[in-house]
This record gives sequence, C-alpha cells and structure tokens, in this order.
Amino acid sequence: MNNLQSQMIVEGVPLLHYIWLSAILFSLGVMGVLYRRNAIVIFMCIELMLNAVNLLLVAFSRFYNDAGGQVFVFFIMAVAAAEVAVGLAILMMIFRNTQSTDIDFLNRLKF
Amino acid sequence: MVTQYIFYILSAIAIAGALIVVFNRNPVYNVLAIILTFFAIAGHYFLLNTQFLAAVHIIVYAGAIMVLFLYVIMMLNLNVETEANKSNLAKVGAVVTGGLLMLVLVVAFKSAEKMAMAGNIDPKMGLIGNLGTVLYRQYLLPFEVSSVLFLVGMVGAVMLGKKEIQ
Repeated sequence: MNNLQSQMIVEGVPLLHYIWLSAILFSLGVMGVLYRRNAIVIFMCIELMLNAVNLLLVAFSRFYNDAGGQVFVFFIMAVAAAEVAVGLAILMMIFRNTQSTDIDFLNRLKF
Repeated sequence: MVTQYIFYILSAIAIAGALIVVFNRNPVYNVLAIILTFFAIAGHYFLLNTQFLAAVHIIVYAGAIMVLFLYVIMMLNLNVETEANKSNLAKVGAVVTGGLLMLVLVVAFKSAEKMAMAGNIDPKMGLIGNLGTVLYRQYLLPFEVSSVLFLVGMVGAVMLGKKEIQ
C-alpha cells in the first residue's frame, strides 16, 4: 500500500513539470538580482535561486532513485546558512559606512 | 488526481511569492513573501516523500535564515519604500534576460526526463534512517568539512560585526 501510494505521488506529476517550476523560480531569482537595487533584496533573490536548484536536485534524486542528491541538498542548506551569516555581516558593515544598502553607491569596483 | 492538484496549487503559491519578492518595493513584504515561497517548496518536498528535507528546510530557511533577514531589515530601519528605481533599459534587460534564461534551462534539462526511472521507486529513500546511512558512510568527509565551514563563518561574522577593525 505504501509502495503503491508513493509511486502514485511520483508518477502523478511528470518530471518535466518540476523542471519548469525550478527554471521559473531560478530565472525569477536572476531577474530580481538584475532588477533591484537594495542589496538585502538581491541577497534574498540569491536564496531563491539556491532553493530552485535544491528543488530540482530533490526531484531528480526522487526520479532517479538515488539518495545522494538529497544529501547534496543538505550540504547546500549548510553552505547557504554560513553564507547568509557572513553576507549579512558584510551588509551591516557597508550600511555603517555608507548609511545605505543601495548597490549603485558601491561602484568603485565597477569596470 | 489529488497530488497533481496539490502540486499545481503549491507551484502557483511559490511563483506568486517569488514575483512579490522581485516586484514589491517594501523589503519587509519581500521577506514575508519569500517565507511563503519557502513553505510552498517544503510542501513540494513532502509531495516528493522526502520528509527529513522538508523539516530541515522549514527549520533552516523559514526559521533561521529569514528571521535573520527580517532582523537585519528592522535593525537597519529599511522597512520603507525608499528604494530608487533602476533605469527602464536595465529593467527591460533584466526581464528579457530572465525569460531567455528560463527557456534555455528548460530546453537543457528536457532530455533528462527520458532517462528517469518509471517504476520500482524506493518509498523509504527520503526518510531519515536511509539518508543518515548515506550521509555517514559515503559523505562523512564533506560533513566534517562543513562543520569547519560553520566555524569559519561564525568567526568571520563576529569579526565583521565588530565596531572597529584594527
């Protein structure tokens, strides 16, 4: 019974729909990075991209019957947590120096 | 089928939340919308029968990371719509780039669908016992290295957060 239910759950939705969903979420994240000027929101859009990739990894791991993908998602979450801690500390420091989180003020590295 | 309806409802919630994140100008609403998106993604994980990842996802993302974002936004007093606009050219460029990237991604991953297994999917694969076995047998070294990463991240955050760096 359990086996049958699980197969229905996986087979009820084709893999292509997961690919579409992840692609839409990822490109919305890219769009947000290019569209916004607030550095914190850009950071959030990066999290959105990471989550789109995570979702696709889990879907593939489920359809290919391989637990390695889910362990990989676990590591991505760990790296994302560390990244957010350091990134927000950098943002706090930038805010302390410029009184703003607008990325267009931080253009000294611009080509 | 019920699962298909749940999938489409969750997908609509996730995409709507992501759209609010990109196009709403108030950072607090952005954070709340992205939490909604993360809960929808956790629902997708439940739908894929990976309960452990769903729980970890809610704890780590909605519980820790987004609370940190909200905390920083409220501490910096950014909860007003003061963000300046980018030029129209940059906005149109961003939307076109995102759309084209989406098409490229879908076409690139489309061929992977044919190789997916149809039958004999192990229903217990996403449970914590099975995942723990894989994590501690095959991925033990990355697991330990990630603890070092956390230590370095913690030290870095404390050092950057200090008032003055000598």
